[in-house]
Amino acid sequence: MSDLLLLVPFVAVVLLYLLPKRARAAGLWIAFGILALEAAAAALDRFATIDVGLLAPLEKLLGFHLATDGLSGLLILCTGLVGMAALLVARRTLESVNERFLFANLVLVAVVGINGIAMVRDLFSLYVFVEVTAVATFILIAAGRGDHVFEGAWKYIFLSVVASVLMLTSLGFFLLSTGGITLDAARTGLEANAPLAWIAMALFLCGLFVKGAMVPFHGWLADAYTAAPAPVSVFMAGVVTKASGIFALLRIAQSTLGGATPGREILLVVGAVTIVGGAFLALTQTNFKRMLAYSSISQMGYIVLALGGDLHLGILAAGLHFFNHAISKSQLFANAAAIEQQLGTLDMDEMGGLGARMPVTAGTSAVASLSIAGLPPLAGFWSKLLIVLALWNAKEYAFAAVAILASLVTLAYFLSLQRKVFFGKPLNKWSGAREASAGLLVPAVVLALITIALGVGFPFALRILMGGGA
Amino acid sequence: MIGFTLLLVVLVLAALWASMTTTLLRATLGLALASALLSVVMFSMGATLAAVMELSVCAGLISVVLVSVASLTRPRSIQEEIASRRSRLRRIWPLPLVLIAAGVALSFVHAPVDIVLRLPQSDGDVRTVLWSMRQLDLFGQILILLAGALGVLVLFRKEAKDDD
Repeated sequence: MSDLLLLVPFVAVVLLYLLPKRARAAGLWIAFGILALEAAAAALDRFATIDVGLLAPLEKLLGFHLATDGLSGLLILCTGLVGMAALLVARRTLESVNERFLFANLVLVAVVGINGIAMVRDLFSLYVFVEVTAVATFILIAAGRGDHVFEGAWKYIFLSVVASVLMLTSLGFFLLSTGGITLDAARTGLEANAPLAWIAMALFLCGLFVKGAMVPFHGWLADAYTAAPAPVSVFMAGVVTKASGIFALLRIAQSTLGGATPGREILLVVGAVTIVGGAFLALTQTNFKRMLAYSSISQMGYIVLALGGDLHLGILAAGLHFFNHAISKSQLFANAAAIEQQLGTLDMDEMGGLGARMPVTAGTSAVASLSIAGLPPLAGFWSKLLIVLALWNAKEYAFAAVAILASLVTLAYFLSLQRKVFFGKPLNKWSGAREASAGLLVPAVVLALITIALGVGFPFALRILMGGGA
Repeated sequence: MIGFTLLLVVLVLAALWASMTTTLLRATLGLALASALLSVVMFSMGATLAAVMELSVCAGLISVVLVSVASLTRPRSIQEEIASRRSRLRRIWPLPLVLIAAGVALSFVHAPVDIVLRLPQSDGDVRTVLWSMRQLDLFGQILILLAGALGVLVLFRKEAKDDD
């Protein structure tokens, strides 16, 4: 099954171009179907079952074999769910059939890249699939309209290149110090305390920090998210940035760094600075998408901070927060698309009282905001609790305090967003605003329901996660 | 040694020319020349795989793509050309000076390096490495090319639409 995660979307992109032009509207639904299958296989943990013997001839022909584990399943599940949401948003926000067709194609290419990131165990292959995802995403951003699009796309690709240079240099150093570039070879070099291996790891981490928009490498993210068309923002905020930067960090923390002190300390400091920096930057924003973008930076800081805590609990907490944030943030960007479609602006200073006119958008947005802020019993509360516990178990009390206090700042900027946009007296100038179309509400409602269900049923989910060894 | 140094000097000059010229076509030629010289350097240092990739992908394929894209752009007027050249020179003139100063400074540095470098494991020739050891990465490269082709479709269609 695992190899199919690369081959099916790849073959689909090629075959979609064989469709007659009048049938191209089906391209979006074909992509949706592929992502639905991917999400279902990940949720039901069916990769291993189909692996047995079925694909042996194909693997022999291709010459590579990939395998999934709990972490891979997590990213693949997020990719499936968020990708489906993005395609539904694209159906209602992109104007022409051709735009939607190209969007579906590029999403499938990015999905191959992300699935590759989920499964590889080799630093060079990881770099290659990160690049695949970056190139597809750059084109997705640049496909938007408006003068700011060029700036957003340019910043994204320029800083991606900087990250690539750091990662490639690091690979050279790994080859020189350990003779290999697999995650196991890197771990061997680090365990032997080879100075060049540690320099290589520091460079690779810096590259991933740029890709994951960790402070102080966060400069590109707000412009890219704001400039991107609505469905691209949903997809990017949900999985692309997380897969390219944060998931790779998760994999390295799990397979290579282990409990090594210098690596943990780097993750703790970068995570804490990113949480605080992102949260305070979010507090000062007046553009809906820009505030969500800075909030994303802050929340990704939580995931990195967790990796610096107790090894096993930290990875579980980071994985859970990864999932929660992917779901809630892509839902908030779907809410932003609904508001932009009705109002034609995302300036929160011009909004007010929209809760009365757009009750479903307001309700789902409140669920996602409160979950990200860490309020019980929503899913975000549990992942933040686990992050604090992971730090506490590792005796990192100061960093645990930072995690708790920054949650209050998160709550502050999300309450400010809710007040400015949805509460208060409805403004006359938005008297024509109505609830968004069903195509935009369905992804928001489904994602909000996942957040509520995971929060309420967390004890059961935790039992499955612990049993599955995620 | 003198030949190798000359090669490096020409490489740096070609890279500088690619950065500082105001014409897309000349910049592409400068980049192709720098890539070709870099692959010669790699060959001479025994990094065959890297040299082959540099020559085929960077000097070959990328140059073809860049020339194709440059041929689709509108040439600038003489006034635009002059204005661009002035602003470009104003912005990047320190670059060659910084490079030369850094090169001279580094040539006087003889810092002790206590790191023992091991040669990478490179058993097998280029074909073995590409087709038997790194198939997954080749698949990734095919994907990057596919994404690039889709990018041309998306961005140039948009350009044509904007021109209308």
